[in-house]
Amino acid sequence: MAAIAAGAAKANLQGRGSLRKLLLSRSARIGGMIVLIFVAMALLAPLLPLTDPLKSNFLAIRKPPSELYWFGTDELGRDQVSRLVFGAQASLLAGIISVAIALAVGVPIGLIAGWYGGWIDVVISRVTEALLACPFLILAIALAAVLGPSLTNAMIAIGLSFAPILIRLVRGQVLAIKNEEFVDGARAIGGGKLYILFRHVAPNTLSPIIVQSTLFMAQAIVLEAALSFLGLGQQPPSPSWGQMLNVAKNFMEQAPWMSVAPGVAIFLAVLGFNLLGDGLRDALDPKES
Amino acid sequence: MLALIGRRLLIAIPTLFLVSLFVFSLQRALPGDPFLVIAGEERDPEVIARLRQIYRLDDPIVVQFFAWLGQVIQGDFGRSLRTGEPVLGLIIQKLGVTFQLAVASMLVAVGIGIPAGIIAARRKDTLADYSASAVALFGLSVPHFWLGIMLILLVSVELRWLPASGFESIFSDPRAAIERLIMPAFVLGGGLAASLMRHTRSAMLEVLQSDYVRTARAKGLAEDAVINRHALRNALVPIITLSTILFGELLAGAVLTEQVFTIPGFGKLIVDAVFNRDYGVVQGVVLCTAIGFIAMNLLADVLYILVNPRLRDS
Repeated sequence: MAAIAAGAAKANLQGRGSLRKLLLSRSARIGGMIVLIFVAMALLAPLLPLTDPLKSNFLAIRKPPSELYWFGTDELGRDQVSRLVFGAQASLLAGIISVAIALAVGVPIGLIAGWYGGWIDVVISRVTEALLACPFLILAIALAAVLGPSLTNAMIAIGLSFAPILIRLVRGQVLAIKNEEFVDGARAIGGGKLYILFRHVAPNTLSPIIVQSTLFMAQAIVLEAALSFLGLGQQPPSPSWGQMLNVAKNFMEQAPWMSVAPGVAIFLAVLGFNLLGDGLRDALDPKES
Repeated sequence: MLALIGRRLLIAIPTLFLVSLFVFSLQRALPGDPFLVIAGEERDPEVIARLRQIYRLDDPIVVQFFAWLGQVIQGDFGRSLRTGEPVLGLIIQKLGVTFQLAVASMLVAVGIGIPAGIIAARRKDTLADYSASAVALFGLSVPHFWLGIMLILLVSVELRWLPASGFESIFSDPRAAIERLIMPAFVLGGGLAASLMRHTRSAMLEVLQSDYVRTARAKGLAEDAVINRHALRNALVPIITLSTILFGELLAGAVLTEQVFTIPGFGKLIVDAVFNRDYGVVQGVVLCTAIGFIAMNLLADVLYILVNPRLRDS
C-alpha cells in the first residue's frame, strides 16, 4: 500500500517538476507559440475576412504578390492567403486524426504485448517488425493506394504507418515497469490483471507517448503534405498545403510565388511541433534531460 | 561472428514471410480492376477471363499467395501489368538510378553531418554549437520536396547554373551526371545530415565526459590527439551503424526527390505503378524496399561488431 502511495506521490511531484521544466524551456515556449498560432488560424479561418478559398476568379489568374493579394493568386485566380489559412485546417486535422489513429491502434496493442508476454508478445512483435521493415512513406503510399486517394484515407494510412512504432514504444515501457514495486503492491492487494494494467501501468507509460505523439504530429503534417503532393492525399479543389505545392510545381516558371507560401507554412508548423516535442522530451524524460 | 550473422539471418526469415504476406494482401485489396484498363476500350470478357487465368486471379487466395511466394523466392517477381516487362528487371534497372542518387546523398549527409556534429560537441554552448544545432533543426523541419522546388527556382530558373531535372548515368557522362545529381543529393542528403549531426554531437558529448578521455587529458595528451585517437573512434561506432540504417531510408526518401527532379528511379516507379494500378510492380517495389531495409539492419549489426573490438573478440 505504502509503495503504491509513494509511487503516486512521486509521480505527482515529477508531474509538477515536468510542467515547471516545460514552461522554462525556451524551445517548448517557442514551439508551443507557433503551434498555437496555427491552431488559432485553423479554428478561426471561417471567421476571418478572407475570400472563398474554392471560388475561382478568372480576372486574377496567377497574380504576383501585391497589397491586394499578399501571397499572390493561383492558376484559377484564388487568393493564396485564403487557401493557406483554410489549408491549415486540413494539415492540422491530418496530424490530429492520424496521431489519434496511431494511438488507438498502437497503445492498446503495445500494452497487451508487454503485459501478457508469451506467444501474444511474440506474434505482435513479429508483425510489428515486419511492418517496421517497410519505410514510413512507402507504407503510407501503399496504404493510400489501397484505400484510394483522399484526405481521410491519407490520414488513415499515416496513422497506421505510425502504429508499429507506438506498439514497440509502449511494449518497451510496460516491460520496464511491470516488475516495479508499485505493480507488485497492486497485485498483493488483489488487483485484477486488467485493472492493474489500465490503472497503474498504463498511466506510467504516458510521458514517452506524449513526446512521441508531438513528434508524430510534425511527421504527419509532412507526410500528409507529401501524399497530397503526390496526388494521394487532399484532392482539388479543397486546399491543403501539400496539394497547393502539387499544383504549384507545374507553374514554377510562370508563377514561382505559388510554391513559396505553402512550403513556408509546412516548415513553420513542423518546426513548431519539433520544438515543442524537444521541450517535452527534456521536461518529461529524465534520461534524455 | 558467423554464428551471430546466421542467427540474425534466421530471425529475418519470419519477418520477410510476414512482409510478403502483408505486401500480397495489400495489393489484392487495391481498388479497381487493372485488367479493365489492359483489356482496352472493348473490354472483351474473354480477354479479361484469359488475363485473370494467366495471372491466376481466379485461384483461391491462399493458392495465389503461395504460388506468388514460390515465384518470388526463385527471383520471379512477375510481369508489369502495363508493359509486360519482368518486374525484377524493371526494379534492378530503376534501382541503379536511385542507387547513384542515394550514394551521392549519403556523401552529402556524412560529409556535412559528422564534421558538424564533432565541431558542435567540441565547442559546446558556443556560437558554432548553436549555429550547427539551428541548421540541423532547419534540416529536420523543412519539407525536402519543397526545398527541392525552391532550389530549382533559385539555381535553375533564376541563376541558370544547373539543369532543373533529369538524370544521366555517372558511367556514361560523369560531368552531366554530377550536374544533375548536385541538387537532388543536397535535398535528400540534407535531412539525413541534420539527423547525423544531432546523433554525432550527442555521441561525442557522451564520450568526451567518459573516464578514459579524462585520463588521456590528465596524462597531458594534446586535445587534437584526445579527440582523434580516443573520443572520435568510440563516438563513431553508433554513427556508422546509424548511417547504414539511414542508407536504407534514403531509398524510400528518394520517392519525393525523384518526383520533384523527374528522376526515373525506384521512387518514381512506385508512384507511377500506384496510379496505373500495376499490382506486380507495387508488390515488387514494396517487397524489395523491405528486403533492402532488413539487409541494411543486418549489415548495421555486423558493422557494429566489426568496429567494436570488445564485441568482436567475445
